[in-house]
Amino acid sequence: MSFCVLLLIVIIISMVYFVASKGVANFVNGEVKVSEFLFGTKWSPEADTPSYGAFPFISGSFLVTLLAALIASPLSICAALFMTEIVPGWGKKLLQPVIELLSGIPSVVYGFVGLSVIVPFLRDTLPGQGIGVAAGALVLSVMILPTITSVAADALASLPQNLKESSFALGATRWQTISRVILPTTFPAIMTGVVLGMARAFGEALAVQMVIGNAPFVPHSLFESASTLTSVITLGMGNTTMGSPQNNALWSMALVLMLMTFVFVLLVRMLERRNKI
Amino acid sequence: MQFKKSWIMALALTSVLALSACGNGNNGGNKAASNSGGNTPAATNTESSSGAKLSGSILASGSTALQPLVEQVAEKFMDANAGVDIQVQGGGSGTGLTQVSEKQVDIGNSDVFAEEKLKDAAKAAELVDHQVAVVAIAAVSNPKAGVDSLTKQQLVDIFTGKITNWKDVGGADQAIQIINRPASSGTRATFESFALGTKTEDLKGSIQEDSSGTVKKMIGETPGAIGYLALSYLDDSVKTLSYDGVEPSVDNVVAGKYPVWAYEHMYTNGEPNETVKAFLDYFLTDEVQTGDVVELGYIPASKMQVSRDVAGTVTPK
Repeated sequence: MSFCVLLLIVIIISMVYFVASKGVANFVNGEVKVSEFLFGTKWSPEADTPSYGAFPFISGSFLVTLLAALIASPLSICAALFMTEIVPGWGKKLLQPVIELLSGIPSVVYGFVGLSVIVPFLRDTLPGQGIGVAAGALVLSVMILPTITSVAADALASLPQNLKESSFALGATRWQTISRVILPTTFPAIMTGVVLGMARAFGEALAVQMVIGNAPFVPHSLFESASTLTSVITLGMGNTTMGSPQNNALWSMALVLMLMTFVFVLLVRMLERRNKI
Repeated sequence: MQFKKSWIMALALTSVLALSACGNGNNGGNKAASNSGGNTPAATNTESSSGAKLSGSILASGSTALQPLVEQVAEKFMDANAGVDIQVQGGGSGTGLTQVSEKQVDIGNSDVFAEEKLKDAAKAAELVDHQVAVVAIAAVSNPKAGVDSLTKQQLVDIFTGKITNWKDVGGADQAIQIINRPASSGTRATFESFALGTKTEDLKGSIQEDSSGTVKKMIGETPGAIGYLALSYLDDSVKTLSYDGVEPSVDNVVAGKYPVWAYEHMYTNGEPNETVKAFLDYFLTDEVQTGDVVELGYIPASKMQVSRDVAGTVTPK
């Protein structure tokens, strides 16, 4: 058993080392400055004087992730409340399989549905060409819905029964009980679900890449073409040769993604600690 | 105890799988090399052209544009030579060139000359080029744009953002939406070098998609869209635009009249061994060139009446 754990630790450390060593290569050999990479807004790796500013992608990743969380969280929390508090019987029987089904759909299907349904809809109803940040955030919000819902539902279901009963005994209505007792007590656990959902949204590549447009600019509107870290990595990795500055810049973006994953894990840990009370 | 055992079994299984997947490239290469080495005396005795027994395995990786052709030809070649095992992987031209130059694969497929991608000129010089097919690329627009021919200058103005409405090039009053390929794409490099004659920067609001299928779908559906596709992808859902009045047809490409085309390369590291050479020679036979190559929408390299070098200079053959 201890051998397995040891092997796992070695594998994880070597993965982190691999991404980190390739990710810092450009900074170490002086090809790109860290500040230029993180805050530069001009990405033109194929130009005669190439520039490797990744800010448009970093901001794009954060933008779609936050938007997706904003859209998905209220829906997921409502669905979880519906399943556990309002109609625990048939509500749960109906919703649970639907939500589990959502999490099993491959992301290329989400991307294609986004391209065939959401993009034409946005193009016909709103300004722009349909492709852009809004389409990416909408597709992502559906993808992270199951994560947030199931974590929130688990948290609500594990709430001690006597807490609710005391609230009802004091004469509180169901709405008062939900808004004043249930939601505040389970808040850290629900937030764990939101953070896990955001972590998934931040790392999702294929579905977003298909609908976001991938222009390397900071978008000025939600209906404008933009890029995320993951979409730029998947578009560029196969077409660049290993060891070229452009390839190394893509690894630097992978490093940013990995560091963000650590941040999300840290957040979940902090929320868990608060949750123990 | 039972629990512990099953864990160790599972772990051992996964690590074996992982290791075999990693080592595949090297193993394949070594096996092919050693096998053909052992067979050389026999082969010289029986004369290889008369169907000497070939054996060994070949691993090819790289360009996704070339992948379907290599896969189909590999199937046929393996049917004819039972001792040969060929695996074809995608990954992109950059991956193919990197892997063949590091000897991880036997053949690296690429849409561009190795000299254009590999930053190390010495490494590029080690590679041997085998041009198996030609791909021509046409500018295409949404059918409602109302234009059927563009000049070089008009294309340059559109892709650099100087012209933003179709009415300025004689079409409908409709804003132009550029659907591009990623900056590192081989198709984009070909279109920029031979249709535009200049590199372009990504424009704000332009759309980039990686796969030709998605590009075609977007151009067909988006009002005012313009982009470019390989001839094999063209159909009625998009409008194919003539270039300086020349229609992008196979005949015009072969005759050297239509300039927007590029070779599909299969690179080997140094001269190929007997098995790999037989496979690459098979590509240039009439059976493949007028059969599979045409069938899959490429243009036979052997039919070209002009040739082009790495600097882009075109000479009649």
